[in-house]
Amino acid sequence: MTGAAARTRALALALAVLTLLPFASHSQFFVNLAMLTAISAALGQAWNIAGGFGGLTSFGHAAFFGLGAYADAILQTRYGLNPWLGLPAAAAFGGGAGWLIGTATFRAGLRGSYFALVTLAFAQAFGVLANSLDITGGGSGILVALHPGAGRFQFTDRRAGYALAVALLALATLAAWRLSVGRFGAHLLAVRENEDAARALGVPAVRVKSAALALSGALTALGGVLYVQSYLYIDPGIAFSAERSVEMLLVAMIGGAGTVLGPLLGALVVHAIADTTRSLITTPGVAPMLYGVVLLLIIGLLPGGVVRIAAVRGDG
Amino acid sequence: MAEAAPLLEVRGLARRFGGLRAVRGLDLDVQAGTIVALIGPNGAGKTTSFAMIAGFVRPDAGSVRFAGRDITGWVPERIAHAGIVRTFQITQPFAGLSVAENIRIGAFLRTRAPAAAMEQARALGSELGLAALLDRPAAALTVAGRKRLELARALAAGPRLLLLDEVMAGLTPTEVNDTVALVRGVRDRGVTILLTEHVMQAVMALADRIHVLAEGALIATGPPRQIAADPRVVEAYLGAGAAARLADG
Ligand SMILES: Nc1ncnc2c1ncn2[C@@H]1O[C@H](COP(=O)(O)OP(=O)(O)OP(=O)(O)O)[C@@H](O)[C@H]1O
Ligand SMILES: [Mg+2]
Repeated sequence: MTGAAARTRALALALAVLTLLPFASHSQFFVNLAMLTAISAALGQAWNIAGGFGGLTSFGHAAFFGLGAYADAILQTRYGLNPWLGLPAAAAFGGGAGWLIGTATFRAGLRGSYFALVTLAFAQAFGVLANSLDITGGGSGILVALHPGAGRFQFTDRRAGYALAVALLALATLAAWRLSVGRFGAHLLAVRENEDAARALGVPAVRVKSAALALSGALTALGGVLYVQSYLYIDPGIAFSAERSVEMLLVAMIGGAGTVLGPLLGALVVHAIADTTRSLITTPGVAPMLYGVVLLLIIGLLPGGVVRIAAVRGDG
Repeated sequence: MAEAAPLLEVRGLARRFGGLRAVRGLDLDVQAGTIVALIGPNGAGKTTSFAMIAGFVRPDAGSVRFAGRDITGWVPERIAHAGIVRTFQITQPFAGLSVAENIRIGAFLRTRAPAAAMEQARALGSELGLAALLDRPAAALTVAGRKRLELARALAAGPRLLLLDEVMAGLTPTEVNDTVALVRGVRDRGVTILLTEHVMQAVMALADRIHVLAEGALIATGPPRQIAADPRVVEAYLGAGAAARLADG
């Protein structure tokens, strides 16, 4: 057990050092790649809080990402709010949506694949709404005017964008770590492992699961804000895409769902595989297929995720 | 001073499953500080009764009062907070967690600090003979180990009333004796106990009062000696093979 704890610490240290590397780089390309990986890791970690620790396998986490992105974009373009305020607003929308969706579905007793379908349906419905409403700019989306400067939450240096991504990743990982050591996290795991047994011991299952989904939704929505502030544009396809939902789930599962460090490793592995296959193979359609096969192999051969290779503790 | 009101008062509790009347009008009192047994042949409705008292199955009729409050229709977690904790006949471990972590979930009901809850959990687990298994995953336990874990987890939650659903099933005679001593110790610490058990010698050794259920209806109530001599009980049991069970011990 102490051996595993030491390995966990070594792995955490290695990952921390790795996150610092891009700050020393002058290559925009490399920093951009690092930023995308960090965002993936942060979103995977946000998913992990509900999907991994809570066993709430969501197929529609893009719903929260899109809510956050639109909250930020609408508040600054239509109401002239400072975009920094997009952060708390998005967290409130994402968290509120997570709480409401959770309470409604868990009260109705929906679990497992039914819950997955409900989340998928929410993401789809939000996409349809965003496509048809005026306030979201319909299908053409929302363009944020270019106003570079820290005061307007817009940065020309990619390293600043990377720093924000890392900050979100750190926040989500801190939350996951708190879950792994605290009472609320223990309750969440208990509900995941056996809901009846947990309730018999006084664990309010619906409230615990809803709170986990709210926390996960709030963090995911913050990712949407970072997206809008980096690309200054959002539309329904980007905001509520099924690909994003799947990537969040993949990053967590490939790395090790329900572990603190899993999503960080997962993002590295998923991006490494995607970029390698894309650059090695130029025949159209083959790269995504190979990417899929490699991911399937990992899931098949390492059910606990790549974090198991390091033989770290279950809660590592 | 008049006799104190019972800690648990069950009145007219009933539940059907489709056409089957699993429990039909159960009346039962449990005085604080006593051990009461609910016995009866397979399918008599014992587990269903426990599930209704603990809030897991909604009764069709009847009421449950606990410590002077009407708790009928409360959700399980609220009932646990009020002080009733049940164990499961079909053990329900948190399979992916260690034995100590399992017990700690119980301890978290009364203790918020993680380290203190863990300390309590490990102490209690050791007391119940799980010391060597505390850091093993619960999924790795034998049947006897799982029964023990059910008991440890429930005790860790610090109940006022403990509902034990066949915690001795599948145990060797030695293990049964150990568990009888353990349950008595729990009662001596002030925990009131309602239990169901097919192991008759354990029931006779432990119970202050016995209620006999057959096909969902209460057919006899009384102290152990009286119940053992009751022809209705013998009849209900002989049909269900009680003689064989007694012989197996
Ligand atoms: N959820 C359910 N749905 C349908 N029937 C049920 C359900 N739960 C219990 N029953 C039926 O109700 C009757 C009473 O079952 P119960 O489990 O309460 O009996 P028991 O006295 O605990 O039996 P045992 O000694 O075998 O544990 C049985 O006939 C059982 O099959
Ligand atoms: Mg039973």
